[in-house]
Amino acid sequence: MLNALIHDPVLLGVVQALIAALFALAVTLFARSRGVALTRDAVVSMLRGAGQIVVVGLIFVALLRGPVWIAPFVLAGMIAAAASTSARRARHAPSALRISIYAIAAGAGCTIALMAALGVIEFTVNSLIPVGSMIVANAMNANALALDRLRAEIESHIGEIESALALGASPDAAVRPYLQAALRASLIPPLDNLRSLGIVWIPGLMAGMLLAHGSPVYASIYQFVVLALILGSAGITCTVSTWLLSRQAFSQADQLILRPELSSTP
Amino acid sequence: MNNVVLQVERLSRTAGDRLILSDVSFSVNPAELLAVTGASGAGKSSLLRLINRLDEPCSGTVLLQGVDYRSLAPRELRRRIGMIMQRPYLFPGTVAANLQYGPAQRGKSLTPADVDKLLARVGLDGFAGRDISRLSGGEAQRVSFARALANGPEVLLLDEPTSALDEAATAQVESVISSAVRDRGLACVMVTHNPDQAVRLAHRALLLRAGRIEAIDTPERIRDAQRAYS
Repeated sequence: MLNALIHDPVLLGVVQALIAALFALAVTLFARSRGVALTRDAVVSMLRGAGQIVVVGLIFVALLRGPVWIAPFVLAGMIAAAASTSARRARHAPSALRISIYAIAAGAGCTIALMAALGVIEFTVNSLIPVGSMIVANAMNANALALDRLRAEIESHIGEIESALALGASPDAAVRPYLQAALRASLIPPLDNLRSLGIVWIPGLMAGMLLAHGSPVYASIYQFVVLALILGSAGITCTVSTWLLSRQAFSQADQLILRPELSSTP
Repeated sequence: MNNVVLQVERLSRTAGDRLILSDVSFSVNPAELLAVTGASGAGKSSLLRLINRLDEPCSGTVLLQGVDYRSLAPRELRRRIGMIMQRPYLFPGTVAANLQYGPAQRGKSLTPADVDKLLARVGLDGFAGRDISRLSGGEAQRVSFARALANGPEVLLLDEPTSALDEAATAQVESVISSAVRDRGLACVMVTHNPDQAVRLAHRALLLRAGRIEAIDTPERIRDAQRAYS
């Protein structure tokens, strides 16, 4: 309907964005009437999100016309930003920023580099940055989930972990069940994405390719490729981050130091 | 002095500006049980954690058979100084798997006969294949006792091992403790809030007050001192 009235694509986009924002706002107003105050957060988030995506879109347009060597720098910047966001979400975990940088760089960075070298991700700016950003963003989410979950698992199993240590177990052995639980939990979202692909949802990349009148078969296959890469990179990221956090949880003398009463001690 | 298995030398610990233990010294001989008594917050459990090196002392040290415990690898130290917590904290699985846990950390395993022997020692014959979810509180505590013995320790630390048990289960666990000290010649340090339990089991008792040793004497005298104080 809107297409028939508005022919300028930018204006069409603005009108569509306004309608979508009004719809979201109406939902938050309804939520407010039920005692859930989300309106302020929703308005701020929508304004921030809209501003960011417009700025990024403009930068992206400029980048797509740039040389391919720009891509690694852009991706490195994305990894740093993702590590910072992830660390803020898992702020109760010790050394969360340092761990997040190493983990996301290892997981997302290595996956992108390897797949670009193999030709799975085309070595062009148009491919490296959008596909890379999806991999980095998902590594960020998985990393935050893994760090937060492992910290919570350790703090709620202090007795079991110290019992294992008291029986002569190494810190690795003592914490292993909780590390495995955190790893499993952090990989549920990317696994679910793969499991429900095409049935419950058609992800953004595929939708974009279809809207751009690309081949539906290639769009489907490539979406699977991206989701498989997301799972792989999230797996590496979380393995590294949980391992690094588990090292932080113990002292040189194999004492559990990630305990709430110790973190509250000056 | 040559006989001493465990020598605690001027152990102190503070957390922030809070004093937990100050200048605590004592020794324990083989086949001797030393009871540690005192009010809540006196530092009893903290003392056991320091001896097992689950926490680090700010000053002082522990000698195990005359060797400074900081020169021992923590895993080796904890194999030789077993610790039984207030709650048993058994690992999911069978009783036998729990008994195998300690030896497995050193790449060793117990034979089924070894497992049966340990279980017989704690009065749980035939429990090897039982899942830990089917154990009563007293049975679980005795399994945790057998699990600590499976490592062949020289010293045993007991942190109020009967505080969560009823009278009958307490009697069973006390009997297991007595026989382990007597038959295996273990040096044992047991935290208890119950002065009568100290009289029943201990050869000597130590009274802690606000992180400091108030007295080391016979369990009877320590019980009387505690009663006079309260």
